[in-house]
Amino acid sequence: MSTVTIHGHEVHDHSHATPTGWRRWLLSTNHKDIGTLYMIFALLMLFTGGLMAMLVRAELFMPGIQFLQPDLYNNMVTNHALIMVFGAVMPAAAGMANWMIPLMIGAPDMALPRLNNLSFWMLAAGGLLLICSIVVPFLPGGGTPVNTGWTLYPPLSLQVGMSMDLLIFTIHILGISSILASINIIVTLFNTRAPGMTLMKMPIFCWAWMVTAFLLILIMPALASGVTMLLFDRHFGTSFFNAAGGGDPVLFQHLFWFFGHPEVYVLLLPSMGIVAHIVPTFSRKPLFGYTSTVGAMISIGAIGMLVWAHHQYTIGMSLAAVTYFMIGTILISIPVGLMILNFIATMWRGAMSFETPMLFAIAIILLFTFAGMTGVMLAVIPGDIQYHDSYFVVAHFHYALIPGALFGLYAGVFFWLPKWTGHMYDEKLGKIFFWLTMIGFNLTFFPQHFLGLAGMPRRIVDYNLVFTEFNAISSIGAFIFGLSQILLPIIIIKTIRGGRKAGDKVWEAAEGLEWTLPSPPPFHTFSDPPVIK
Amino acid sequence: MANSVNKYYLPDPSPWPILMTAAVFSLLLGTGLSINGLWVGNVLVVLALALFAYLLFAWFGDIVRENTEGLYNERVDSSFRQGMIWFIASEAFFFLAFFASLYYLRTVAADWLTGTGYLAGTHELLYNQFFSEWPRSGPGIKQEFEPMGAWGVPALNTVILLTSGATVTWAHWGLKTGNRTLLIRGLALTVALGLLFVVMQAWEYQEAYQHMHLTLQSGVYGSTFFMLTGFHGLHVTIGSIMLAAILGRSLKGHFTPQNHFAFEAVAWYWHFVDVVWLGLFIFVYIM
Repeated sequence: MSTVTIHGHEVHDHSHATPTGWRRWLLSTNHKDIGTLYMIFALLMLFTGGLMAMLVRAELFMPGIQFLQPDLYNNMVTNHALIMVFGAVMPAAAGMANWMIPLMIGAPDMALPRLNNLSFWMLAAGGLLLICSIVVPFLPGGGTPVNTGWTLYPPLSLQVGMSMDLLIFTIHILGISSILASINIIVTLFNTRAPGMTLMKMPIFCWAWMVTAFLLILIMPALASGVTMLLFDRHFGTSFFNAAGGGDPVLFQHLFWFFGHPEVYVLLLPSMGIVAHIVPTFSRKPLFGYTSTVGAMISIGAIGMLVWAHHQYTIGMSLAAVTYFMIGTILISIPVGLMILNFIATMWRGAMSFETPMLFAIAIILLFTFAGMTGVMLAVIPGDIQYHDSYFVVAHFHYALIPGALFGLYAGVFFWLPKWTGHMYDEKLGKIFFWLTMIGFNLTFFPQHFLGLAGMPRRIVDYNLVFTEFNAISSIGAFIFGLSQILLPIIIIKTIRGGRKAGDKVWEAAEGLEWTLPSPPPFHTFSDPPVIK
Repeated sequence: MANSVNKYYLPDPSPWPILMTAAVFSLLLGTGLSINGLWVGNVLVVLALALFAYLLFAWFGDIVRENTEGLYNERVDSSFRQGMIWFIASEAFFFLAFFASLYYLRTVAADWLTGTGYLAGTHELLYNQFFSEWPRSGPGIKQEFEPMGAWGVPALNTVILLTSGATVTWAHWGLKTGNRTLLIRGLALTVALGLLFVVMQAWEYQEAYQHMHLTLQSGVYGSTFFMLTGFHGLHVTIGSIMLAAILGRSLKGHFTPQNHFAFEAVAWYWHFVDVVWLGLFIFVYIM
């Protein structure tokens, strides 16, 4: 099958010799190296954010205050969210985009390699600034920690000390990073596809990232403007969010969720793109409904931009407004359902096998659909008024984001790790990792639905005695979930260091240009574009 | 070069991105420290700005050199163009968020402060003496102010910016027809008009602060007025610097009728700034 021959960069290869040492990693203009950097960063952040989640669950194991004072508890909740969203999931997805998009479309690299490097380092700087924001309150005169939750709602966020300013700047720098990375991905997809690869022949992961990148370009600036107004309200006497000056704190909620809701799809879509590669590969059938899957992704992105205020039903919007947001939100379940249907139809009568990536993909289809169901419950206004700000919401979005985003990335790691490293991962360890993760995850979050329906509020350090049992179960689940994640870096390191050699086409039924390349691919690939028939 | 016809140019490892990150990081950390009264922040900001300015020369210098050496083919040029278009799109959404906020504050927020909207209770309980009309400050702001009229300096600034849009197109025409004098004259005129706009706006701000008592602290009118016009003014300043840079490059003879991406990128940016101003003139000044 592998008919594409790979040439070295023969024309001026003296200047394109593989760079070595620190220069290779700090000054990189190579999409594979930058992709690797993104993923290492994401893994570090995953464990930082995970540690915070462990602290939170340890505190909630029993009623009463054990380890964390209320402000610090809320700070851990806030930073857990920010680190997982901006530090772990988005960078991991961006890392995979970096690695895979040029290989999938037959491009020599990302279209703008230096900009690519800038995007990564901006992200790393954002991580550093976020850590500054966490550390500052512990220093003398550092003020109070950020205790607002990741939504940063005023007026509380107006009263936090200096760490809020550093967090605002963190969001600015992460915004720059995301926008530059998105511009790069869009330009790469539009401009550097191999001859013959039309948009509708493009691999579905590329389509998922196309929609994601457009969403990021449109929503990140809204968040940037919102936090800029917050900064001005905090330090320069403006009244955007201050009723005494004629402003309105609810304005910030609109700006935040105009970003925040599409952000859910930013986290979700790349993972769905990965699932759309894995399901056909391990069902040994082409994807059912390629065109409708692309259409579904575009519709999810487009409708997703218009429904943000379903996070704010309880603020007292007009009846017309909440009705519009309810209908829009429920409409999204149509393209999401179509996508899920296509995955299931792909498996239908396929010659299926159940390697680790496929196990994750199937788990995603089941668990994410479940999150979609609770999502519809939350979209219905009278229901939401009941569930609002309760643990039901926490359970819902962890069911949406851990399977919908994180497990998709895990699936991608197992699917592509042999391609990246040239070695097969340890299938047995992979399966153990999968099952421990599933048990831990469900044990952690399933009981939280009941807690929420029984009325336990979120973001509070202590709770009523009646919630004790479910919280204890949830915490035990969280410790299993957390500890089992240590297997992930172990498996990755083991695979990098050795293992069974992986061929060009790692999986029997894998389709696409990336599988015509050696594993691992050489430093420069597709210097001469392959021709797609 | 043989490969420039069908091969995509890939740059060597470059020190500029990571240094640029260091500059931006120091700038933001420095600002964060300095607005909280720590003087060391000012030092960081100054150092960061110096590094930033140096890096603009270094990084763009690389790109200019690669371009003049003929390493870029049409695909690379097209990547730059598309990149610039999407960058401007993200900028547009940044301004759109401010315009949307202005709309929200003028209509939805005004309703509930006045007691006519869905949150009439707020009005009853807290501010039952307050009746909102635009321009307004707010129930808690005692200092009276005079709103900025549209037909003085702002109208003149509209004429200036629209003229500058014409002069930059004039310069572009000169560039395309190989008329160097026209190119340089047109660009120089555009830079001058851009700077004139900034000076006029600075004068307008001074008027507002000293004679009209219109400041950032004047409630939402002052907040939205200075935020929108201020960010636009910042963009005009950046645009003028970019124009000055391509004026310098034109004087060095970098551009040819076929190869002048930098010129067009700056011209697009300038037109974008122009369009934003028209929005400001209508929604901030006139309405």
